[in-house]
Amino acid sequence: MIRLKGYRRADGHWGIRNHLLIIPTSVCASETASRIASLIPGAVAIPHQHGCCQVGEDYKQTVRTLVGFGRNPNVGAVLVVGLGCEGIQPQVVAEEIAKSGKPVETITIQQCGGTLKTISAGAEICAGFARILAAQEREEFDISELVLGLECGGSDPTSGIASNPSVGRASNRLIDAGGTSILSETTELIGAEHLVAARCVTQELADRLVWMVKRIEEKSISYGVDLRGTQPTPGNIEGGLTTIEEKSLGCIYKAGDKPVVGVLEYAEPVDSAVKGLYFMDTPGEDIDSITGMVAGGAQIVVFTTGRGTPTGCPIAPVIKVTGNPETYERMIDNIDINAGRVILEEASLEEVGQEIFDMMIRVSNGDLTKAESLGHREFGIYRIGDTF
Amino acid sequence: MNGYVHASEKDNLVTCVRAMKAGERVLVDGTEVVVRNDIPIYHKMAVSEIKKGEEVYKYGEVMGVASRDIHIGEWAHIHNVDSTRGRGDIAKREVQQ
Repeated sequence: MIRLKGYRRADGHWGIRNHLLIIPTSVCASETASRIASLIPGAVAIPHQHGCCQVGEDYKQTVRTLVGFGRNPNVGAVLVVGLGCEGIQPQVVAEEIAKSGKPVETITIQQCGGTLKTISAGAEICAGFARILAAQEREEFDISELVLGLECGGSDPTSGIASNPSVGRASNRLIDAGGTSILSETTELIGAEHLVAARCVTQELADRLVWMVKRIEEKSISYGVDLRGTQPTPGNIEGGLTTIEEKSLGCIYKAGDKPVVGVLEYAEPVDSAVKGLYFMDTPGEDIDSITGMVAGGAQIVVFTTGRGTPTGCPIAPVIKVTGNPETYERMIDNIDINAGRVILEEASLEEVGQEIFDMMIRVSNGDLTKAESLGHREFGIYRIGDTF
Repeated sequence: MNGYVHASEKDNLVTCVRAMKAGERVLVDGTEVVVRNDIPIYHKMAVSEIKKGEEVYKYGEVMGVASRDIHIGEWAHIHNVDSTRGRGDIAKREVQQ
């Protein structure tokens, strides 16, 4: 049994960070939310471009993402900031987050009477939250409560050979210890979906996963262009990846070899009663994908890269692993672990997998990742509809 | 270090883990291969004759099809390997015809 130290939440979940989150419900409230965050030590805002004039499933998905961020166990208290008239009503988001039992307050710019009064009211609420959060202490919990988001971005052929299989071993270890991992990036299952579908515990889950891949492939075909150039990206291609199939076949090594116990829509919460490996429908674009998994409950993310990338997340630590030894040296500010040692034949996949797992434990207990120490807070919501 | 990774026996190409020079001789699974082009690090080299239209394998799985004949020792990349997935361009041409 592996014990970690984190923050106990009223709904029984465990956070490995204790963030004070400020959620704007629309683009109209984003700047004001950011200004409030800038006044309060430890507060983080998630400015975004959405939240108004969205319909149907696209509207629901954006709501699910904002609510999921608020409910994520790494968040200790939430201020929801709305303009007042937007499509995603701040009260709707706040009520859903409040079901988790954590402190949530709501203000709107129209009700407060403009930018300055909203900043003042918001800062007063957040200063109170900051004092509450500062008094909370870490307590022991079991690693089985941990949900790991698996991500890859700026891939090159070292990803499929070194970094992804190493992460797959760390993910296997977490699941063996009773925990949960999420594989994502539906586009990067194109050409490898049969291998992941064969690992689903029921035929229904396998059919759903294959249907999700078909859904995104047919959408790309409807644009009348070759997906190549977008997926794989120009950088993937320059690095040596030739087709989306090749990228996908390398990508799925991140998920080790455990059975798939659940298939989720974007930002849909992981079922805490069912531990193991999940698949979530997210795009291959890293920021939207990480945002979806964290909204689904991931407290920690492991991110593999070949070309190198600085990406973090506003509320979850992101551990960066590269399989490319040159990238590790070139982007040492951003990369935590050098799986390029596998390419150089200095370490085995098992050894690097262990190194990743050990770092997951240290980071869960409070060590900062490089992305955290540099203040990276990228946030992006996957849109599936038009703006009206 | 041999300088390549042959992920599966089924694969008709290898991943070069160092840059290869045209004309150099590399021992791949006991057989000498003459490198036909300069191949950048982490790019792929054919280790079997692959005819146009034939499937290209990596990790023991289909990663695309040859868009022209690819010879042993040749650099295999977007100039001679096509994807078969997400091909809206082909679907569009078929609709227009």
